[in-house]
Amino acid sequence: MRKGHITAMSHIKRIYTALIFIFLYAPIVTLIVLSFNKSKTRAKWGGFTFKWYASLFTNRDIMEALYTTLLIAVLSSAIATVIGVCTCLGLRKMRSGVRTVVLGVTNIPMLNADIVTGISLMLLFLSFGMRFGFGTILLSHITFNIPYVILSVMPRMKNLNVSVYEAALDLGASPFYAFFKVVMPDILPGILSGFLLAFTMSLDDFIITHFTKGAGIDTLSTKIYTEVKKGIKPEMYALSTIIFITVLILLILINRPEKETVNTDKKEPANTSVSSVVIP
Amino acid sequence: MKNRNNLKFMAGPYMVWAIGFILIPLFIMFYFGLTDKNGMTSLANVLSIATPEHSKALSLSISLAVAATVICLLLGYPLAAILAHMKNSSGVIIFVFILPMWMNFLLRTLAWQTLLEKTGVINTALSALHLPTINIINTSHAIVLGMVYNFLPFMVLPLYNSLTKIDENVINAAADLGANAFQTFFKIILPLTVPGIMSGITMVFVPSLTTFVISKLLGGSKILLIGNVIEEQFTQAANWHLGSGLSIILMVFIVINMLITAIFDRDREGSLL
Repeated sequence: MRKGHITAMSHIKRIYTALIFIFLYAPIVTLIVLSFNKSKTRAKWGGFTFKWYASLFTNRDIMEALYTTLLIAVLSSAIATVIGVCTCLGLRKMRSGVRTVVLGVTNIPMLNADIVTGISLMLLFLSFGMRFGFGTILLSHITFNIPYVILSVMPRMKNLNVSVYEAALDLGASPFYAFFKVVMPDILPGILSGFLLAFTMSLDDFIITHFTKGAGIDTLSTKIYTEVKKGIKPEMYALSTIIFITVLILLILINRPEKETVNTDKKEPANTSVSSVVIP
Repeated sequence: MKNRNNLKFMAGPYMVWAIGFILIPLFIMFYFGLTDKNGMTSLANVLSIATPEHSKALSLSISLAVAATVICLLLGYPLAAILAHMKNSSGVIIFVFILPMWMNFLLRTLAWQTLLEKTGVINTALSALHLPTINIINTSHAIVLGMVYNFLPFMVLPLYNSLTKIDENVINAAADLGANAFQTFFKIILPLTVPGIMSGITMVFVPSLTTFVISKLLGGSKILLIGNVIEEQFTQAANWHLGSGLSIILMVFIVINMLITAIFDRDREGSLL
């Protein structure tokens, strides 16, 4: 009796998880199917074709937007990672009162609404007469990326033994050398997940870019937004499908060895893995 | 000796950055919101929330955001509990929640148009099965669906984190002392996951309340949320004072949310990271 109850329960669990999975993936499957649709409108199916994949690479607008998006994502997450790691190192040495204030301010962009962050940055750039364009987007992305890096690296810092770093200095290592040889290996997982998180956030951002970009420059998100009324170009579906499948394959490859490290390192699983990398 | 003290100054660049790009921009927004075009102090921008047009947009935003938050909590709690009991669930979480983020969020939301349209995928399937069709596209129901779809991960992850932190022995002890599953849930598990619940609620409520994209993509052009009103002030009407004034109203809700999170989640237990 009891055994039957348990298997029934596990069936319900499986069906429930599957339903949520379908809910989350139905739009993605739809977009992948649309990328092979011969008809230009998304309303009807006109037969199977690869032509959007071919014309994608000759579409200058989309390629330019892709280039801008990737460049902003790489630069903003790299700069945010450097600033974020330095901040974490510095915060350790500070009085706890100052530290609480700094971390409190760091929480603001994460808890605040994107529209408010976007508007306030737009007003800042307006007030200082800055020209809207690549520079303003980059500054904005660095700003919302730093908190993700700090919050990923900070928990790792707690386990860090400063005496080892100081011992390295006493033994004649330069601060730079000591950092890369002694401190870096301990906090590397935090740095990596912070960087990846920042990269993903930058890539997926629309709202803050929308308010800080100015005319004449587009990321993929803002380009899609302007296309909504005229109809999305099918090449966009092809490009997203390529990006999605690439990441899918990468995740499958990365995830295999990671399972073993999680098993051997039971004490601290979540923070090291990519699974901690969320929030759009 | 000198090098050791230098470490302290490593946080300096960020502190300057945070003042320049987090605090000053918010200060400027408050300044714009509390002044008129001539630079005179005025509450008119903030008080314009009382006009029928703006208060209707705000109350609609609040009710849709509450609906989306409640649905996310009801859908997300069981899912988080299932995932928390799974072995190696971190892999599953990546595939369920992180992978979709690599498909552009606007395109994913737009795809719901194709799925929900009168002659869309879902209705074609329903009518083939001789079931009644659903016509929710361009209504507030579609907007709530879009909110749940986009923000469900923010509910599940904090819940998952606080559920995995519960000590198994506490649950076993409850069972040994004669509690049934129902009592164990309401007396032990639910109170222990309150930080996760509160964190999830704020993480879903704030973006739902302030969105202008989801309402634009799934609500047709007729439904205006407070986010749409504010966005128009900046991109079309170029009335930054009014836009900032209305944003101050939003900030009130956001700050209340931040305080709730701070009270219930002191140890950042229900945090996403």
